[in-house]
Amino acid sequence: MLAKRIIPCLDVKNGQTVKGTNFVNLRQAGDPVELGRAYSEQGADELVFLDITASHEGRKTFTSMVERVAAELSIPFTVGGGINELSDVDRMLSAGADKISINSAALRNPNLIDEITTHYGSQVCVVAIDAKLEENGEWQCYVNGGRIPFGKNLFEWAYESQERGAGEILFTSMNHDGVKTGFANEALYQLSEKLTIPIIASGGAGAKEHFRDAFLLGHADAALAASVFHFGEISIRELKQYLTKENINIRP
Amino acid sequence: MNVAVIDYNAGNIYSVIHALERLGINPTLTNVPEQIISSDKVIFPGQGEASSAMAYLRERNLDRVIKELKQPILGICIGQQLMCAHSEEGNVDCLGIFDVPVLRFQPQRHEDKVPHMGWNALEDVKSSLFQNFDGGEYVYFVHSYYVPVCDWTVAQTEYIVPFSAALHRDNFYSTQFHPEKSGSVGEQILKNFLAL
Repeated sequence: MLAKRIIPCLDVKNGQTVKGTNFVNLRQAGDPVELGRAYSEQGADELVFLDITASHEGRKTFTSMVERVAAELSIPFTVGGGINELSDVDRMLSAGADKISINSAALRNPNLIDEITTHYGSQVCVVAIDAKLEENGEWQCYVNGGRIPFGKNLFEWAYESQERGAGEILFTSMNHDGVKTGFANEALYQLSEKLTIPIIASGGAGAKEHFRDAFLLGHADAALAASVFHFGEISIRELKQYLTKENINIRP
Repeated sequence: MNVAVIDYNAGNIYSVIHALERLGINPTLTNVPEQIISSDKVIFPGQGEASSAMAYLRERNLDRVIKELKQPILGICIGQQLMCAHSEEGNVDCLGIFDVPVLRFQPQRHEDKVPHMGWNALEDVKSSLFQNFDGGEYVYFVHSYYVPVCDWTVAQTEYIVPFSAALHRDNFYSTQFHPEKSGSVGEQILKNFLAL
């Protein structure tokens, strides 16, 4: 049976991880490749590296980091941030990334999804969606790192992304992100009912039980988190032991 | 050791090259028949589409070269599929090393997502590729087409149906999964292949 995936996400700025870490054994705590290796050894199933650099120089640094990740790590990884056109995708895949994730650029130019998947196949294209449950009860998509409402419904956009060829949806609930009270399981469940491609849950992880609920209640295929792993609040190894005990199919 | 990685315009072959480099091998990426024939081990990797891959191989006579190899060769993912008789992808005749067709996954339930992507377990392992494996080891898959269980199956995985995770006949080995992306388990499989 296909295993549910646990995915740590690393924010990278000018070649360094942004959030502090509690990993004591790292030679260089801020080095994304070292951190990625530590996660891989703990049992992470995939990694996501998000480039949050704005400058041209920073982008070049990120590309060389991607090359190092590809050379040194032996698990799949996705890169995102700053991917606006096909040439950006080409640069990331040539550097060795297995998948790319696109967010605002896809909402602004949905055709980008078709272009990417026609050229490289659906499996490389992760569409990341930041969405917020508004007071009127509707899930709305946001762009620019969750700063600007886009006026598109989460479920409609996720479905459109799938129909355009997206291989996976990475859904971050802005209501849950950073609150550490669990993932947006109701919305996740609706997504998984509506779509036939894998859904990655993001935003809200604070305890091991939250991952279990994302899988059992939200029917997510994978769960992504950042700070609970970076700050050592949850170790991936212990999390996986817990989920296995809860009868969730997990790669040890 | 002289390892040739067959270059046929398939996607993401660099991950195989990196994986070999991590094992201390410096492989040659090549589409030159002489270089392939004279190497100690051959890797036939890739992602891509079956009919265009077969057209590329035939144009360069690499289809015959591969079939006539005597040293151990490992096909990976589409490499395994191209070693079979025929593929539903592009409805194309393939190399015919394994006389079995390649079929597209047919989802039976809503949860059956295609492609089959992620980590899944090996069962019923019986090849020197899996020396000291107990079964149950997880490896990384990304594919929409599969090889049914057949006489040459040396590892099975269950997804919608049980299918061939690996095949073996004489000097021909293949895996549907990506050992180069399968962490320490995948690394061991590559080591076992190189030790053949």
